Amino acid sequence: MTIESQTTGAGTKVETLDRVTIRFAGDSGDGMQLTGNQFTATTAIEGCDLATFPDYPAEIRAPAGTLAGVSGFQINFSSEEVFTPGDEPDVLVAMNPAALQVNLKDLKPGGILIINTDSFKTNDLRKAKYDENPLEDDSLSGYRTFKVELTTLTRKALESTGLATRDVDRSKNFFALGMMYYLYNRTMENSLEWIRSKFKSKPEVLEANELALRAGFAYGEVNEFFQVTYQVPRAKLTAGTYRNVNGNEALALGLVAASVKTGLPLFQGTYPITPASDILHELSAYKRFGVLTFQAEDEIAGIGAAIGAAYAGNLAVTTTSGPGMALKGEFMGLAVMVELPLIIINIQRGGPSTGLPTKTEQSDLMQAMYGRHGEAPMIVIAARSSADCFDTVFEAARLTTKYMTPVILLSDGYIANGSEPWKLPEVDDLEDIKVELATDPGGEQFMPYSRNPKTFARPWAVPGTPGMEHHVGGLEKDHLTGNVSYDPENHHEMVNLRRDKVYRIADDLPAAEVEGDDSGLLVLGWGSTYGSIAAAVKMARKQGKRVGHLHLRYINPMQKNVKDILHHYDKVLIPEMNLGQLARIVHERFQLEVHKLDKIQGKPFKESEILEKILELAEEN
Amino acid sequence: MTTELKLTKKDFVSDQMVRWCPGCGDYSILNAVQQTFPELGIPKEKFVVVSGIGCSSRFPYYMDTYGFHSLHGRAPAIATGIKLANPDLSVWIATGDGDALSIGGNHIIHLLRRNVDIKIMMFDNRIYGLTKGQYSPTSETGKRTKSTPYGSLDRPFRALELALGAQATFVARAIDTYGAHLKEVLKAASDHKGASFMQIYQNCNIFNDGAFEQYRDKKVRDDNLLELRHGEPLIFGKDRDKGIRTTDCYQPEVVQLGNGITEKDLLVHDEDGPLGYLYMLANLEPPDFPAPIGVLRKTKAPCFAAAAHEQMDYVKEKEGEGDLEQLLKSGGTWVVE
Repeated sequence: MTIESQTTGAGTKVETLDRVTIRFAGDSGDGMQLTGNQFTATTAIEGCDLATFPDYPAEIRAPAGTLAGVSGFQINFSSEEVFTPGDEPDVLVAMNPAALQVNLKDLKPGGILIINTDSFKTNDLRKAKYDENPLEDDSLSGYRTFKVELTTLTRKALESTGLATRDVDRSKNFFALGMMYYLYNRTMENSLEWIRSKFKSKPEVLEANELALRAGFAYGEVNEFFQVTYQVPRAKLTAGTYRNVNGNEALALGLVAASVKTGLPLFQGTYPITPASDILHELSAYKRFGVLTFQAEDEIAGIGAAIGAAYAGNLAVTTTSGPGMALKGEFMGLAVMVELPLIIINIQRGGPSTGLPTKTEQSDLMQAMYGRHGEAPMIVIAARSSADCFDTVFEAARLTTKYMTPVILLSDGYIANGSEPWKLPEVDDLEDIKVELATDPGGEQFMPYSRNPKTFARPWAVPGTPGMEHHVGGLEKDHLTGNVSYDPENHHEMVNLRRDKVYRIADDLPAAEVEGDDSGLLVLGWGSTYGSIAAAVKMARKQGKRVGHLHLRYINPMQKNVKDILHHYDKVLIPEMNLGQLARIVHERFQLEVHKLDKIQGKPFKESEILEKILELAEEN
Repeated sequence: MTTELKLTKKDFVSDQMVRWCPGCGDYSILNAVQQTFPELGIPKEKFVVVSGIGCSSRFPYYMDTYGFHSLHGRAPAIATGIKLANPDLSVWIATGDGDALSIGGNHIIHLLRRNVDIKIMMFDNRIYGLTKGQYSPTSETGKRTKSTPYGSLDRPFRALELALGAQATFVARAIDTYGAHLKEVLKAASDHKGASFMQIYQNCNIFNDGAFEQYRDKKVRDDNLLELRHGEPLIFGKDRDKGIRTTDCYQPEVVQLGNGITEKDLLVHDEDGPLGYLYMLANLEPPDFPAPIGVLRKTKAPCFAAAAHEQMDYVKEKEGEGDLEQLLKSGGTWVVE
């Protein structure tokens, strides 16, 4: 939406927009993720609200120039509140024909298309499955196309460096970035600073990237290449200090914060898996906080070591994605049985089996709820956005240590890799999580399975503490001594106790709150659909529809007022990136018929997809 | 230090009734461990005994120490987590041939490779006991069991060879009923800084009775066992009149002492000897050779858990203790007024 226009001294018009969505797309080797991240950092620092969505192939280097190798990064930035990375991009930067082939269908009609024409040779076109060169027919006539000899221009700009052509070509993403900075009236300072610190030890690469960035910027400026440039003003965000954060970074930071606030050393036992590995990469760098990361021999050993560390008194976490969750199932049952604190993080991806490793999905909810043998109830919570991962994992640490039972935290590939501005919490405002290790046997003999009458938590006594020697294990435990018990009544009691312990946590949860109307249609969601639902509900209400939005962080147990809220509405719509797993739980728990909206394409919901369904179901206000 | 602690066997006997079959070799091992622990100079509260699943894995319940009875094959994972969290603890694993070498094979080799300072007692009875009599990864080929009525087809692991292959820094073998020797091995394992792998031959009198009779029967065992002592020649036999030397092609051979052959002609045991020598020892077995017992290998290498904490301390010293506020503000911040 154009708000105003002005003309600069150079004769280029500057238009002010309130919202822009850009997609950078190229070959996996073209550095599009880096370009996107740089553009994001600068845009964030320059004050817009934003959300991003990186979308890359599973192969590290798929054959160059092929459709399979296309890597994309989308950013949606605005002077108003941003909920999602945006539906259709306003701008597509296509570094090669394959990127164009894959992404053009998403570009808004009349949108801006910036193309690197140097990569449209016969062979490139063949690899991208183009019979005709799209630059030469009228297939791009519906867009404002800017053809740029990006490779040639980068080579020219870097002539003075004396670098080999192959190395020079690596800098062309910075040329593209420079152009985009010019087009959107951003400054280069932040990226220049980044280049200087990142390539400190490689002066020739540093110089090349800096030259390319400046050349790209100058190309737009000097040639008046774009007749119009754009600016998106600062957003009116709540006052405070902000940074941009993706979900996996936020989880790592939240875990460190929980470690500080519990006073317990943090231990991560894990095995590399997409899209969860970045949590390990982050935490392994935090040794100065006493964080110990253990890259185990497999998923099973990852959780096993975490349980061992929990037994020895650490704040323990294991991180994985769906297939790894499946492998950890047996150990999760043990964690329930031995009643130790443990945070289990699942960054969901497309399944089943290896599925779509780099794509997002919400299809592990049933696995989280029920994916263990025996009666093995666990706390299940989910993060709604990248920044919310911090608060959610902090809450996981509070619950698991207070109730001495494991917690599953669900995130997914979308919010794990996607980023948004995050208003930093004041460290002093973060709640202290009180943890008391048991050091007094309290009588003749220590009773490791005695309970706090309120929380049903058993005492946490760690090896090395004199007089507290005891055994834990997978066999059923006597309800008091913790000794092995085959007593039928005791087993019945313990099964009930482990269930009740999780149920009762509902008493300790804040009431659920609805955004929007308190009657009519309720859109119920969990996890990463938050942004799309919130945006869609907002738009529907602007159009006069009566609709509310309830988003669940707590799935097991649920907040106590959820039932009342659900029954307060005429209709309930549950959009999920699965075949209706929360819908099934809601149906089972509240005997409620709900409307479902499923999308299982490895991609998050578009705002418009949810809006369309809302408009179909909701009544006028 | 031992006298200061004043611990006795009684301190390590739990109130749990021991539920192994009468006559099981596990009783002897339990007794040896309960006698050895008070002599190690380690405070009682610092012992943690971890197990997997199987008959041997009931072990922690019978020790009055911290104990963790975990999942089938997974004791090394739990134990590694415990040791990493607190390297000051004395962490022991009680496991069996199926638990350690079959379902937990992956974990055991990586524990040994990493040299986590954990003491592994692998009770080897060459059979699955708790699941009632199937063949195990150490059962001899052709073994007839409930699951192999026509004889097993697969070749057994040689546990010591496997441990060497996984770069174990301490490798030993002992026998359940040879208590004095077993205690020596346990003590040596405890003293070793690093992962200690002990194969303990153990008779299952229900499903595989007599599997180790040639090593347990006092009448014949001396002719079938080669008791290794660091720096001493490889001599064995009831009358200590036989020895082992190698031919020019590094083949081991048994020789009779006397008639011009003296101790000087024999191999001298070196715990830190070349791997070729150690593999040769690990493969000796009757009928052609005696089976070696005692400490086969003991060599120095950095311990994983200690190294992890040293690295952490190094980073703290270099970068300073972490400051949460600074951390949250890392990665580029901006202020909205």
